[in-house]
Amino acid sequence: MSKAWDQVTWQEIEVGGVLTEPGSARNYNTGDWRSSRPVWDKTRCIKCGICWTVCPEAGISEDADGYFEMNTYCKGCGICVKECVTGCIEMVVEES
Amino acid sequence: MMAHKKRVGMEVSIAVSHAVQLARAEAIAAYPITPQTHIVEHLSSLVANGDLEAEFVTVESEHSAMSACIGMSAAGVRTYTATSSQGLALMNEIVFITSAMRLPIVMTVANRALSGPLSIWNDHSDIMAARDIGWIQIFTENGQEAFDHSIMAFKIAEDHRVLLPTIVNLDGFILTHVVEAHEMMDQKTVDRFLPEFKPYHKLDPQKPVTMGAFAMPELFTECKMAHQMALTNSYGPILEVWQEWGKLTGRHYQPVETYRTEGAKVIIMMMGSLGQVAEVAVDAMRDQGIPVGLVKIRLWRPFPFADLRAALAGAEIVVVCDRALSLGGAAGPVLAEVRSAMYPLAVKPQILGYTVGLGGRDVQPEAFEELVRHAQAEVKQGPSQEYYIYGVRG
Repeated sequence: MSKAWDQVTWQEIEVGGVLTEPGSARNYNTGDWRSSRPVWDKTRCIKCGICWTVCPEAGISEDADGYFEMNTYCKGCGICVKECVTGCIEMVVEES
Repeated sequence: MMAHKKRVGMEVSIAVSHAVQLARAEAIAAYPITPQTHIVEHLSSLVANGDLEAEFVTVESEHSAMSACIGMSAAGVRTYTATSSQGLALMNEIVFITSAMRLPIVMTVANRALSGPLSIWNDHSDIMAARDIGWIQIFTENGQEAFDHSIMAFKIAEDHRVLLPTIVNLDGFILTHVVEAHEMMDQKTVDRFLPEFKPYHKLDPQKPVTMGAFAMPELFTECKMAHQMALTNSYGPILEVWQEWGKLTGRHYQPVETYRTEGAKVIIMMMGSLGQVAEVAVDAMRDQGIPVGLVKIRLWRPFPFADLRAALAGAEIVVVCDRALSLGGAAGPVLAEVRSAMYPLAVKPQILGYTVGLGGRDVQPEAFEELVRHAQAEVKQGPSQEYYIYGVRG
């Protein structure tokens, strides 16, 4: 469904609410819920990937240099901060 | 074409299971519960003996029965189940999902009182507790109707303009365990009437879809509206199927059935097997010169508002019989619906409600004569109660 959800009419609902195309979850940026974000200190990061492994929502991506950063699905739960072996991640409050 | 006039005596439950066999149900998941038991027992025999080519899934509960039915229907096969009372209650969580997913499963409900106190006998409290599940809901009055509607329900449910699960109600014991004469159908005729099931969406690895996804607040209301309109708009296709069956068999069905309503000042109303008892009462009262008629609702969902208003036009008093209670409420479920349907009319009858025949209590023809007399007296003096429970002692 390419239309924004709040623009869809009842006539446009597929029979049985069936989703005929994949990717609807990908299109939904659950990061909208976030009230604080994880920030990595690259000087202390050892690229071990523990944060990426423990993230329950695939909210962390690896960048071209092998460092990690949050993506648009990060809900700001902070598990990565708790589990980071070097303590290089901290949560920063989202300003708006 | 008016063939198949040979009548065969058999228990109504067995006739229903033969209807499901003739409909070539491909998948059945059911849990036995009185008084539905004979239907699924016989179906399991038919499958075990190779007389019906179907997957019969034995499950440990009705919650699982309906869940398995959802899976099988979603896989694209004609799916059937049957239940009763506590079984329907245990399915409750799943039956809403079945209709929201628009899976055309057919289910027989052998109507039985909900506990407590524990009762295995007939009333409509089971289906009324499931009134708002978004399924098509049909009530039958005798074995022949139960047989006929069990076949027609598949054609209605599977119509791509409909795609809704459908319940055929029949009164527990009063119908399920009674031997009646049925006009059966031959397989060729049923095959011509009911084509192979063509799923609208199905689980197919070559063409993946997501079924049963969630809806955020931005979409939930639109999903519900789409369901509401599907159920409302199923009215036309339902009538088409019933008319086709009428031409095929000579047995004609209407959303609201009337009996001797010409010139009737008082109309008695109900659903289910009590209709035939009330016919006896109406005949007796007509013989005494009392202008009484009978209106029976066959199609409970979608509710046939226009048919009901037309059927009740001209009546001064309407006596609505419920087989269930809405404890602490203003009316039994049928009474509430009828009052609601008639309220907008400028000229409307006095509508009185009586709950009768709870938990298997017998209702004789004389009861309806008593109700009419009581209603006439109440109207004269002004109704003393929101509704009445007929025959309650004390």
